[in-house]
Amino acid sequence: MESTPINRDLLLEKAQLLISSLESAQTSDDQLEAQIDEINSLKDNHLFQELGKMTREIHDSITKFRMDSRISDLAETDIPDAKDRLEYVITMTEKAANTVMSVIEESSPVAEKLGAEASVLKAQWQKFRRRELSADELRAMGNDVESFFDESDLMMSKLLSGFTEILMAQDFQDLTGQIIRQVINLVNEIENNLVELIKIQGENQVKDTSQEETRQEETKLEGPQVPGKETSGDVMKGQDDVDDLLASLGF
Amino acid sequence: MKILIVDDFSTMRRIIKNLLRDLGFNNTEEADDGNTGLPKLQTGNFDFLVTDWNMPGMTGIDLLRAVRADDKLKTLPVLMVTAEAKKEQIVMAAQEGVNGYIVKPFTAQTLKEKIDKIFERIENA
Repeated sequence: MESTPINRDLLLEKAQLLISSLESAQTSDDQLEAQIDEINSLKDNHLFQELGKMTREIHDSITKFRMDSRISDLAETDIPDAKDRLEYVITMTEKAANTVMSVIEESSPVAEKLGAEASVLKAQWQKFRRRELSADELRAMGNDVESFFDESDLMMSKLLSGFTEILMAQDFQDLTGQIIRQVINLVNEIENNLVELIKIQGENQVKDTSQEETRQEETKLEGPQVPGKETSGDVMKGQDDVDDLLASLGF
Repeated sequence: MKILIVDDFSTMRRIIKNLLRDLGFNNTEEADDGNTGLPKLQTGNFDFLVTDWNMPGMTGIDLLRAVRADDKLKTLPVLMVTAEAKKEQIVMAAQEGVNGYIVKPFTAQTLKEKIDKIFERIENA
């Protein structure tokens, strides 16, 4: 910070006056004291001016900081928006977890039933091998085997479709990952602005560069659509909308 | 049928890979963005490309443009599977010559339908 120079001419004039007063025997102590006070006040005045200048600079910096519309955007729009997006992440991860657990709950009895029927057949088969089965029992076993084959086809396809459902439920990782990345970028931006604020307080010097750096507009990709969030422009609500649009384009 | 799957999230690549396997497409390879995907396409004799849009490095739309600009690749069918759902983006992808467009989250059924449709159109052409 630059300091205001002391008014040397004025100081010299006052000093010379003080010296001549000192040399003169007629000067009273009171008069001398008054002159010294006057010289002192020159210094106080200088300090006061410095303080004034500093206060003005701080005031300007803070006003400028407040006027930066990006900061009010952050507070009014981006942060609430990020909260909603994070809520959506919770919803999606919860949904994925529930889907997987439901499939497991539905599939386990199917697998258990398959195993149980197989062990009943195995017991019958062993009896047959030991030649302990009557002709009627043999016929019954034949029927059991046949219905087991039919049923196992059904059960297997049920299990496989469950696997597909579990697989699809993992798509939350991609979508929540994209959303969390957006929020990380926002947190970075807030951090930069806070650093700027600390700079203003600390050294009372504002550099204008950071805002430009943090806010670079590309062809902006919106990422996953969050229900209830209005993004700019026309947004398709789902695959059906996309299909309609593409059909209108001749697809 | 050799298929390249391009997505920056490995989970999504695995999901698509597994779904394609269920549909009978066993020969798949993966890349994590356009920069790694394009060289594979140029040397790998692929018959089909499934790509995400928003990826670090080279995005899916740029990859699509590069494919359409490449004499050897320009007829390659391209299916976009992306979270980008804005109208102007879908129109842009259509203009750049995409063959199908799926928005995430999607179902196994949707993927099957779109792939069937793309091949149906190619056979009829």
